[in-house]
Amino acid sequence: MSVLVDEDTRVVVQGITGGEGKFHARQMMEYGTNVVAGAVPGKGGQDVDGVPVYDTVDQAVEEEDADTSVIFVPPAFAGDAIFEALDTDLDLAVAITEGIPTQDMAKVNKRLTETDTRLIGPNCPGLITPGESKLGILPGNIFESGNVGLVSRSGTLTYQVVDSLTQRGIGQTTAIGIGGDPIIGTSFIDALELFENDPETEAIVMCGEIGGEDEEQAAAYIDEHVDTPVAGFIAGRTAPPGKRMGHAGAIVSGSGTGTAESKINALNDAGVPVGDTPEEVADHIEEFL
Amino acid sequence: MKLHEYQAKQVFADAGIPTPESKLASDVDGVLAAAEEIGYPVAIKAQVQVGGRGKAGGIKLAEDEEEAREAADAILGMDLKGYYVDRVLVEQAVDFTDELYVGITMDRGEGKPVAMVSTKGGVNIEEVAEEDPDAIAREHVDPSFGMMPYQARKAVYDAGVDCDLARGVSSVLSTLYDLWEEKDGSDAEINPLMVTSDDEVIAADAVMNIDEDALFRQPELAEMEEEAAGGDELEQKADEYGFDYVRLEGNTGIIGNGAGLVMTTLDLVDYYGGEPANFLDVGGGAKADRIANALDMVFSDDNVESVVFNIFGGITRGDEVAKGINEALEQFDEIPKPVVVRLAGTNWEEGMEILNEDLVTVEQTLEDAVQRAVEYAEEVNE
Repeated sequence: MSVLVDEDTRVVVQGITGGEGKFHARQMMEYGTNVVAGAVPGKGGQDVDGVPVYDTVDQAVEEEDADTSVIFVPPAFAGDAIFEALDTDLDLAVAITEGIPTQDMAKVNKRLTETDTRLIGPNCPGLITPGESKLGILPGNIFESGNVGLVSRSGTLTYQVVDSLTQRGIGQTTAIGIGGDPIIGTSFIDALELFENDPETEAIVMCGEIGGEDEEQAAAYIDEHVDTPVAGFIAGRTAPPGKRMGHAGAIVSGSGTGTAESKINALNDAGVPVGDTPEEVADHIEEFL
Repeated sequence: MKLHEYQAKQVFADAGIPTPESKLASDVDGVLAAAEEIGYPVAIKAQVQVGGRGKAGGIKLAEDEEEAREAADAILGMDLKGYYVDRVLVEQAVDFTDELYVGITMDRGEGKPVAMVSTKGGVNIEEVAEEDPDAIAREHVDPSFGMMPYQARKAVYDAGVDCDLARGVSSVLSTLYDLWEEKDGSDAEINPLMVTSDDEVIAADAVMNIDEDALFRQPELAEMEEEAAGGDELEQKADEYGFDYVRLEGNTGIIGNGAGLVMTTLDLVDYYGGEPANFLDVGGGAKADRIANALDMVFSDDNVESVVFNIFGGITRGDEVAKGINEALEQFDEIPKPVVVRLAGTNWEEGMEILNEDLVTVEQTLEDAVQRAVEYAEEVNE
C-alpha cells in the first residue's frame, strides 16, 4: 500500500526537454515510474527516450491519460506551469522547482482552493513509493519498501533519515518531501491524514525545521487525530535569530514561535518523541514497530 | 533583499506616498549643504541595514549648522552594530502630533498577503504584536484581486484611526499594497507614519524588502542590490559565489547540500560539544568548481579550525564533490585546516574512489564525521 502514488500512476513531465527535466525523467523511468508524456510549449511532436512530448498538459492528459504531473520548469515560468497543471483535472501535481516568487505562490494557493488537484511542493524533492513509483529527484536506491510513512520539509534531510531507517531494515510506505518554502501545497497535516488512513503505515516520521508554525499546527493535529505513532526531527536548533538559513522559510523571528524549541515542545506535548540526531529518530521508530 | 531607507523612500515617493524632503550625503560638507537646502531642523540618519539605529546613535536631530556638523562627525564613519556608516540621509524634521504604523507582508500561515494598521506607531511593532495583538488591525487580501478600496478603509477604521485621518491613511495603505505587489515585496512598512498638526500624514521611515526569488523581473531594484550590499566581508564573498552562507561564532566549518541537512549538521556539531563556525549550503547539483569555492569560503574564516563536509547526493553527485575537494586541496603545499568528508547518496562510491585520502579524513556516517571534526577543532585549543 501507499499514499498518493503507486505503480499505476501515469506521469506527465512538464519541462521534460530541459536539462533537469530530461535527466530526472530518465531516472524516474529507470526506477519504474510510468512516465507517459512530456509537456513543453513549442516542443509538441518530439519525444524524449520514446516518451511523446505535447505542447500542453491538456493534450498529454487527453492523448496519454496522464493523471499526475511532475514540474521541472524554471522559476520564472513555474507559477504558470502549476496553474496549467491545476487547470487540467489531474489528481496530483508535484512542483520540484526551487526559487518561485512567493507572490506567484500566493496566487497558486488561491487557485488550489478552487480545484480538486493536490499540489506537492514547490521546492521539494518529490515523493516515492519504494519499489513502485518515484516522482521527482529523490535517489531511489536508498529507499526500501516497508511500513513507515515519512513527511519532510527538507530534501537532503529526508535522505539522511531514510538512510538511517533502511540501514536497519526498516522500509517505507511512501516518503513525501513537502518543500521548505513559505507557501506550499500539501502540508504536514495533509500528509499525516493520508498516513493515518493508510492501513499499511504503522509508524510515521515527520521532519521539520525552524521557521513558520506548521510543525506546531501539525503537533496539535497529531494530538487530536493521529493514532499511528509519530517520531519527529527538527533541524535548526543552533540557528541564530534573524538569519535566513537557506530555505526562505527557515528564519527565526526571535519572537518565540517558529524556533526549534517551540516546535520540539509542541511535538513532545503531543506525545511525539523528537530525536537529537537522525539515528535517534530511527531508534524511536524501531521501538514503535 | 532589503533596500536602504533612502532607496525605499524614493520608491515610495515615486508612487505618491508623502515623504519628508531629504538628501543623501557622504561627508560633512555634503551634510551641511543638504541641511541648508532643506532648512533646519533636520534629522541625520545613518544608512545601514540594521534595526534600532536611533538607540545605537545612528540618528540625530540638528537644529542648526553646529549641531549638524557634530552629528555628521559622529555618525559618518561610525561602526553601527558591525556596519560601517559611509552615507547618511539628511531629512526635513517633521513636526508631528501622532505616529501610526502601516505595513504589508505575506502571512505564510494563511498563504495570503496581509495589510496591517496600528495607531501604536513609532515603536517596535514586533513588541506591540506580541504584547497587545489587538492593537494591530489586520486585513487579509486575495492576491488574485489585490486590495479592494473597502479593505483599506476597513483596516483603518478597525485600527481606530481618527476620522479626519482615515482618508489619508487608507490612501497610503492602498498605495503601499500596490507597490508591494508591483515590486514583489516581501515586507513593505512605514513606521512611523507621522501625523502633522494639520492632519497630513507623512512617511518618516520606509522599509521595503524584496523577494530575492523575484529579482529577475525587477531589474531596477536588482541594480540597487549592489548598492545595498554591505556588512560581513565573508558574507559578501558568499554573495559573489552565490552560496547560502551565514557566519557564526564557532570554530568548526560546515559545508553541505540542502538547507535542512546543513542545519542538521550544525545541530550535530553543537550536540557533540563543538561550535559551528558557519552555515554553508552549496545547493543542489553542485559541480567541482562550486565545491572548491565553498572550501575557499570556509578557509577564509580565521575562526575555522576544522571543516566537515556532509554531502547526501540526490541531484548532487559524489564524484563531482570529490573532484572539487581534490582540486581545492591540491593547490596547497600544506592543508590549512583538517577536512573531514562524508559522502552518501548518488555516486558516493565513485566519489570515494576519486577522493584523495592523503588530503582529507573520510568517515562513513554523519555522526562519525561530525565527531571527528569537533575533535580536530578541539585539539587546537589544547
